[in-house]
Amino acid sequence: MTNSIEEIINTDAIFVIGSNTTENHPIIGTYMKRALKRGAKLIVADPRRIELADYADVFLQIKPGSNIALLNGMMNVIIEDELYDKNYVQSNTENFEQLKDLIKDYTLDVVAKICGVDKEDIIKAARIYAEADKAGIYYAMGITQHTTGTHSVMSISNLSLLCGNVGKESAGVNPLRGQNNVQGACDMGGLPADFPGYQKVFKPEIQKKFETIWEEKLPNKAGLTVPEMMNEAEKGNIKFMYIMGENPMVSDPDLNHVKKALTDIDFLVVQDIFLTETAELADIVLPAASFAEKDGTFTNTERRVQRIRKAIEPVGEAKADWQILDELMRKLGHDKEYSGPGDIMDEIRTVTPQYGGITYDRIEEEGIQWPCPDMSHPGTKYLHKGTVARGKGLFMAVDHRDSAEVVDSEYPFVFTTGRILYHYHTRSMTGRVEGLNELAPESYVEINEVTANKFDISNGEKVRLTSRRGSIVTTAKVTDIIDEDVLFMPFHYAEGAANYLTNTKLDETAKIPELKVAAVRIEKLGS
Amino acid sequence: MAEITINAKKYQVNSGITILEACNRLGISIPTLCHDDRLEPYAACRLCVVEVKGKKNLQTSCSTKIRDGMVVETHNKRVINARKEVLDLLFSNHPEDCLTCEKAGGCKLQDYCYEYGVEEGTYVGEKKDYHIDDSNPFYTYDPNKCILCGKCVRVCDELQCTNAIGLGNRGFDSKVVTPFDLGLATSNCVSCGNCVAVCPVGALTPKKKEKYRTWEIRKVKTTCSYCGVGCQIELLVKGDKVVGVEPARGTPNDGLLCVKGRFGYSFINHSDRLKAPLIKRNGEFEEATWEEAYDLIIDKISEIKEEYGSESFAGLTSARCTNEENYLFQKMFRALIGTNNVDHCARL
Repeated sequence: MTNSIEEIINTDAIFVIGSNTTENHPIIGTYMKRALKRGAKLIVADPRRIELADYADVFLQIKPGSNIALLNGMMNVIIEDELYDKNYVQSNTENFEQLKDLIKDYTLDVVAKICGVDKEDIIKAARIYAEADKAGIYYAMGITQHTTGTHSVMSISNLSLLCGNVGKESAGVNPLRGQNNVQGACDMGGLPADFPGYQKVFKPEIQKKFETIWEEKLPNKAGLTVPEMMNEAEKGNIKFMYIMGENPMVSDPDLNHVKKALTDIDFLVVQDIFLTETAELADIVLPAASFAEKDGTFTNTERRVQRIRKAIEPVGEAKADWQILDELMRKLGHDKEYSGPGDIMDEIRTVTPQYGGITYDRIEEEGIQWPCPDMSHPGTKYLHKGTVARGKGLFMAVDHRDSAEVVDSEYPFVFTTGRILYHYHTRSMTGRVEGLNELAPESYVEINEVTANKFDISNGEKVRLTSRRGSIVTTAKVTDIIDEDVLFMPFHYAEGAANYLTNTKLDETAKIPELKVAAVRIEKLGS
Repeated sequence: MAEITINAKKYQVNSGITILEACNRLGISIPTLCHDDRLEPYAACRLCVVEVKGKKNLQTSCSTKIRDGMVVETHNKRVINARKEVLDLLFSNHPEDCLTCEKAGGCKLQDYCYEYGVEEGTYVGEKKDYHIDDSNPFYTYDPNKCILCGKCVRVCDELQCTNAIGLGNRGFDSKVVTPFDLGLATSNCVSCGNCVAVCPVGALTPKKKEKYRTWEIRKVKTTCSYCGVGCQIELLVKGDKVVGVEPARGTPNDGLLCVKGRFGYSFINHSDRLKAPLIKRNGEFEEATWEEAYDLIIDKISEIKEEYGSESFAGLTSARCTNEENYLFQKMFRALIGTNNVDHCARL
């Protein structure tokens, strides 16, 4: 997030697109609803009529994969009606003419057709967003998990810059990150082209810096992303894989492909707290401590580095992940021995500019938001204050493009996936909590009541879903919150897993798979 | 700034705040059952009454703002008698099961009855006799123990904004209810437990897998391990087990949680937890020692590195693990194995 969670309460307009906030980030959902009580306006764009839609001043039930068209359409209204922040655009941005040029083709007629929404609603949304003093955009995987994911994010950035909402309190561009430390894992260089702090592995001066500090020769070629690793593994090019605390056998697209890839690997190490679906395929499984059994830090979606603290001893012979890694690294010839996570953080600060001023002492009471370059820096509540970090905000004019897989007569439904309130990711934890299973026991597919009627499918009935990649049996949940040609499934469940159906096609830049759009067919199974 | 006199002592305080807020800042303890600084003043329990010079009746300090020159008595005989009367009235219509009540030790009514020497309820007569709502998987609502402070209703409305519960009926029959009093399971309750967190008595209590008394618990402040919001929580620890979670105040969640953060902790001590390294031999996992496990991994690394080179290695680090662990993981792959094939499920 460019801005902070608590700032939401003072926002004048909230634009939620591709995020089911009240279920997936429930506390942020409460901040939004509290802002509405104080008079904020709400725009919601989503293929499903999610809970927030009931609170919205305008709800746009867009077709999956039409985000860019909608955003361009809103910008068309804003530019045509001259509602944009001219001063901000003039003094703080570049490439406005190029944007203007592209946007003029996104007329209301064009956009309404692509998105499947009313023209009036696009105008209303555009006006609410542009006329608000402080308007924040909040998005999640509904924006990013498309082959046009990167362009969708650019489009959000365009809209935000256009109305001068970057570098302003209670506004901004705010991706809501789905996992406890997905922000931190990225910050720490858990990415194939990045050392900690997003320093590129292929830049000679960066490589040199890390070689000096780590005292080891380092590779300078960007590595493989998860989907690329799976492809290479299936081709037999990955011989050794080490998976720490992840469960691709439920979370990744096209599970038949993932299973084949992981089975083909010569030696698979899985380190986890449970024998997950992925761990079952391993050659060796290492028992890790849970978050309650170790010290460390997580970085949340607003860039706040916060402590976790050891409350109990690890169960059985389990060890904290850092301890396992430390012991293995020493056996691999690493000279340094860490006395504990605080000691590791001290090394992190020396190599990661954004974490330069973060120590356990400083975050004992309350976490600090990066960038925090030195010990006297208080941390950063919102980014791009005064001036945009790169100097000028760069408009990146981008076109709408169809999803990689579109419906046809054989696979006539758009299949989209997401999360629900009662479960977390692949359910390795929440699936072991009785009450949560009582409330959300099994995999299901949301199907519009009209479609259900056509196929003679009743609520609770078993149905078969088939895509080009796989086929699953799940339970029909008949609803009126989605369009007649759209089906939605939560991806949490290993049994009847949504990801047997999903598409592995990637966004070219971010290499994120298009989990939000696949073409499927549905069949009634009978009781 | 305003000058006020509290218990014959003069203080300079910020104008615009309530008497209760002023007293809290000055370290003068005022009892209250219905106050929460995140909520609008409610003045329901009447326990925070104080005497304000010039006012005929005692004033609720939670809803009375400071005025310059105000003279306040917080603990004189009249005030103390009024508080005793309130406690007597409440306890007279309350079950006397403190010995087995889950809230014992953490109950405000119990604490104040102790502080003010209220040993029994002296008003005899009809007592509440309601059905206990056990329909939510995570918590129980016992209306018989409810003192109608309204905190649960106000948190659900003002902070959580779910509005699953409200106050129904009038007078003696007043009760916290779901729509049409049909029970929690049929309401739009999202099981966040934010009502449970603010209940001052034993009316709303978490369902426990492990029995424990409040004084047997150690609290450890940490960060929730579910979504990316990073809510601050307190793990309730008894012996070597995590037996509960409570929300912590302060940023970013300020005392609120969702159902997963609040009630989704029982995986920690679940019997399915992996407790020893496992090595697969002939298709079956067998328990191994850490040394055996490390030796096998190191052997495989050198074998495969020699035969196929560093680029045949790949590692998935974890959005679930700490910064320190992610840092070590990528350092191990880059510096010791020699490849940048490191990624995690940021995209999934």
